[in-house]
Amino acid sequence: MTINVRPARTAAEEAIAAALEASITAEAGQGRIPEVRRAARDAFLSHGLPSRRVEEWKYTDLRAAVRDFPNCAPAPGAMEEAEAAPLVPSLPNAGRILFVNGVLSRAGSDFAALSEGVTALPLDAAIAAGDPLADRINALSPSRYDGPLALNTGFLGEGVALRVDAGVKAARPVHIAHAFPGVEAVAGFTRTVVVVGAGAEVTLVETFAGRDGVAYQSNHAVELVVGDGAIVNLVRIQEEGDAAFHFGTLMLELGREAKLNLFALAQGAALARYNVYGRFEGTGAHAGIRGATLARGRQHSDTTLVIDHAVAGGESRELFKTVLADESHGVFQGKIVVRRAAQKTDGRMMSQSLLLSDRAEMDNKPELEIFADDVQCGHGATAGALDRSMLFYLRSRGLPEKEAEMLLIQAFLGEAVEYVEDADLRDLLIERISGWLEKRAV
Amino acid sequence: MLEIRNLHARIGENEILKGLDLTIPDGEVHAIMGPNGSGKSTLSYVLSGKPDYEVTDGSVSFDGADLLALDADARAAAGVFLAFQYPIEIPGVANMTFLRAAMNAQRKARGEEEISTPDFLKLVRAKAPDLGISQDMLRRGVNVGFSGGEKKRNEILQMALLEPKLCILDETDSGLDIDALKVVAHGVNALRSPKRSMLVITHYQRLLDHIVPDVVHVMHKGRIVRSGGKELALELEESGYAAYAQDAA
Amino acid sequence: MPAVQETVERVRAIDVDQYKYGFVTDIESEKAPKGLSEDTVRYISARKNEPEWMLEWRLDAYRRWLTMEEPTWARVSYPKIDFQDYYYYSAPKAAPKSIDEIDPEILKTYEKLGIPLRERDALLGIQREGGSKVAVDAVFDSVSVATTFKEELAKAGVIFMPISEAIREHPELVKKYLGSVVPVSDNFYATLNSAVFSDGSFVYVPKGVRCPMELSTYFRINERNTGQFERTLIIADEGAYVSYLEGCTAPQRDENQLHAAVVELVAMKDAEIKYSTVQNWYPGDKDGKGGIYNFVTKRGDCRGDNSKISWTQVETGSAITWKYPSCILRGDNSQGEFYSIAISNGHQQVDSGTKMIHLGKNTSSRIISKGIAAGHSDNTYRGLVSAHRKATGARNFTNCDSLLIGDLCGAHTVPYMEAKNASAQFEHEATTSKISEDQLFYCLQRGLSQEEAVALIVNGFVRDVLQQLPMEFAVEAQKLIAVSLEGSVG
Repeated sequence: MTINVRPARTAAEEAIAAALEASITAEAGQGRIPEVRRAARDAFLSHGLPSRRVEEWKYTDLRAAVRDFPNCAPAPGAMEEAEAAPLVPSLPNAGRILFVNGVLSRAGSDFAALSEGVTALPLDAAIAAGDPLADRINALSPSRYDGPLALNTGFLGEGVALRVDAGVKAARPVHIAHAFPGVEAVAGFTRTVVVVGAGAEVTLVETFAGRDGVAYQSNHAVELVVGDGAIVNLVRIQEEGDAAFHFGTLMLELGREAKLNLFALAQGAALARYNVYGRFEGTGAHAGIRGATLARGRQHSDTTLVIDHAVAGGESRELFKTVLADESHGVFQGKIVVRRAAQKTDGRMMSQSLLLSDRAEMDNKPELEIFADDVQCGHGATAGALDRSMLFYLRSRGLPEKEAEMLLIQAFLGEAVEYVEDADLRDLLIERISGWLEKRAV
Repeated sequence: MLEIRNLHARIGENEILKGLDLTIPDGEVHAIMGPNGSGKSTLSYVLSGKPDYEVTDGSVSFDGADLLALDADARAAAGVFLAFQYPIEIPGVANMTFLRAAMNAQRKARGEEEISTPDFLKLVRAKAPDLGISQDMLRRGVNVGFSGGEKKRNEILQMALLEPKLCILDETDSGLDIDALKVVAHGVNALRSPKRSMLVITHYQRLLDHIVPDVVHVMHKGRIVRSGGKELALELEESGYAAYAQDAA
Repeated sequence: MPAVQETVERVRAIDVDQYKYGFVTDIESEKAPKGLSEDTVRYISARKNEPEWMLEWRLDAYRRWLTMEEPTWARVSYPKIDFQDYYYYSAPKAAPKSIDEIDPEILKTYEKLGIPLRERDALLGIQREGGSKVAVDAVFDSVSVATTFKEELAKAGVIFMPISEAIREHPELVKKYLGSVVPVSDNFYATLNSAVFSDGSFVYVPKGVRCPMELSTYFRINERNTGQFERTLIIADEGAYVSYLEGCTAPQRDENQLHAAVVELVAMKDAEIKYSTVQNWYPGDKDGKGGIYNFVTKRGDCRGDNSKISWTQVETGSAITWKYPSCILRGDNSQGEFYSIAISNGHQQVDSGTKMIHLGKNTSSRIISKGIAAGHSDNTYRGLVSAHRKATGARNFTNCDSLLIGDLCGAHTVPYMEAKNASAQFEHEATTSKISEDQLFYCLQRGLSQEEAVALIVNGFVRDVLQQLPMEFAVEAQKLIAVSLEGSVG
């Protein structure tokens, strides 16, 4: 029994509550959406923004960090769309869906140009048309309250629904790009629902970028169903502006012998939190969940995973690398849950961090929660500075200090990046990481 | 080429070099022998600029310049190369990437053009086979998963590519069987030239059968206690270091 | 049926009621009135002839406790404790003045306990051949009934006595150190303990003295509905060394008995304290009825440079274990260690681990935790390693391994690692596995029985920790592991 003594609402919580109410009153949506939104609103009203007293938010205190709440943006005009263009990494081979300030840009998106067997619909259109994809909205939400996700659901309206038909090997990746180009701070919420049919295969790329110095709030949730035997590659590149708040949520369900290969690069935002809820629903599935976090200045970057093995024979591999400069703060929380029925589960989780400055802070909390006996599970975590003997070896061969450091950092991150199978995407990630390192070296 | 005067160095509170003098003229190969703990490896680290070591007195001049004033990478660019006794493993940095980065960094420091990729590949292909370095070893992380012999050969390959003026070989023979030793010695001998000096640090005479020195020094308790020709090595092999231990004590 | 499955079945079938120490000693005792109030606190203080300052200290704790809430973050669940339903003080009538005056019934109890044998022998003044001397302080319910080898220790300058005596005889030391590691208001249970602790051991090892023998305390809860709140305070002054052993049992009762101890260790410059525990409180019956609720606060303060504190624990008993022996590494170059074996069977719930707080420069800590869960039990490792800004050169190595026997239990690992310093090097690894079919088959093929094989493999699994225990203790611990895990083994 927990007695819920909630402290008085903060100004930000008041502003959010008012905005939620206004948004739902103005346009609640169709079908079951109003009900879903109201439930999320009520949850927010009773729990508010999570503070560090909430175990899952021990190291990322939103109640203290979020000071106000800007308005949601209207649909982008031509000017915003033009400004957004440089914030979207070019992926020549991909079909693109663009959100500007959290609102779908119809002009910047190319629904028609997706691969055969891949259908994308604006979320509101899917709901209006009663497409089965709309039934999936909020189907994978965790039972425990998650503040940013509750807001994402409360403000639900913008987004995209994607279907990959059974057996289809999508020829081109789908690029879901998010840009926040404005000088005015806004709040943007999008929901992406993806259902990948049995035996299908698709590559998804999510990118996030915005203007530096603007305290916008960027909140995006993805619900991803990977059907039996399907394969999904998901690459996420988070390069939000340096004053932004970024909240990302991935809710994942893996079918029998399904396979997910995720890589999440995080190097933007003043405060970022990426929450992954992965659930093994079919036997013999595999999830590779990896990522790299780079932070400098006073950035705060949090990655939190809950990998739930509900059925037997699942395999999960988590590898996260964190590089922290200046006074930045990195957080990794990873929980592997193995339920009673999930015999023969094989779960390995590793978090490694490099602290480049004495003022940086890394908090690691890897967790195992195991109820089945015939399993192989493990986690590891390390934190420390660059290896001095390696540095000396490189310098004795003539590499200047900065260059030697950079090479070692790249090698450190490379151990995670190398799991990205698509060579173009791997190169893109390496290019983004190198860009960060070079900027830092200057 | 190298002139060491009254060199004192310590690690932490421990003084290890206690007034060492050594001169190596251009093109000569000098060997330093001595019992364990005499400070041989420390000398190699102090010359190459390892940060843990503190020089408390003395001077080292390299081609007339003050070597001690330079950082480790600047010393490398100036032409000092240390073949490590225990080469470091660097996972994730491909051997090829590393070789090229090192080569270009040195060139850049000397104000030279970077080497082009085809030229670099040609160079590596020319030198690697003689040292028995396979394509696979070039692709793997630096020294990662290499056997003891492979690591030492990789050191010599780096030396061959970087073409230093002063080669310091720190117990390069340790952990090598006779065949591996011959390959390494052959690689080293191929690099002998009137413009290049070498400092060969070893505990055993064995290596000096294959890399024949011009001068042999005996080191004990942080100083050179005796110098002589190559026959001195043979004499040490016969009599051991016990005599020096007494003298110096 | 595969071999492992067979073992699982057997373990499931074990009658966990086979708890060996579940007898009740029939002696006359004197109890405080049931329940907790300021009067209870005054009663305890008066019974102990305490000076005024001590009573004030207790009352202050009691008043703070009234404002505190029971913590709920641990992974244990139990019905709400009615703190008014316990006796907070129970003493054998007619406190003994020397060993000869101890009620023969109590002596018989210690004889019957058998584990650890040395204590009983020592209590009876017997020194076994080849065995090292151990000085023992035996605590029965709320009071210390005997302390042995007192004179011999006094010769070395070591003070070893019940804390109730120390409060009267060495008030300056007690005042200086009591509550200096675990503050009065540290947590709900520690505050409760501060208000009502009845006895415990006090050790002071003066500068430069290596304590000439192992010190040991033996705790037993005997009375029905009695809470035992012992308080231990150990101080190793500059350059001193002491090794301290603690053993615990309780009779079999079908209601839950409460135990909330506080242990404070202070290691000054160049001092070393080794603290070993074998905890075998009654774990409850096969349906999870009864057993001890064990809420313990143990903390060591490496106050001086180059000091060292080492915790070793073998936890096999209690219905609920809530225990995190910790080290505050304040002095430069200080070292903390935590070696733990936690075994749970039946319906036991264990939430145990450690905290290593790195504050000084070049401090190091090492955590080796082995959790074994069987039956319907839940076994959680919870640990914190933190390096503060100024704790340059902090080092930690953590290894926690869990073993599950059967598929009705749970093993959980919840480590927190907080590095606020680039020169800190933290390494953590954890694994969860079961006894491998291959290992088991190998043992069976070599002629071992199923039970022997499991005991052998489990002992191998916990070997790193057993090695940390004083030798004689380790042998007993090894036996205890076999008993608590299998019943049919050993």
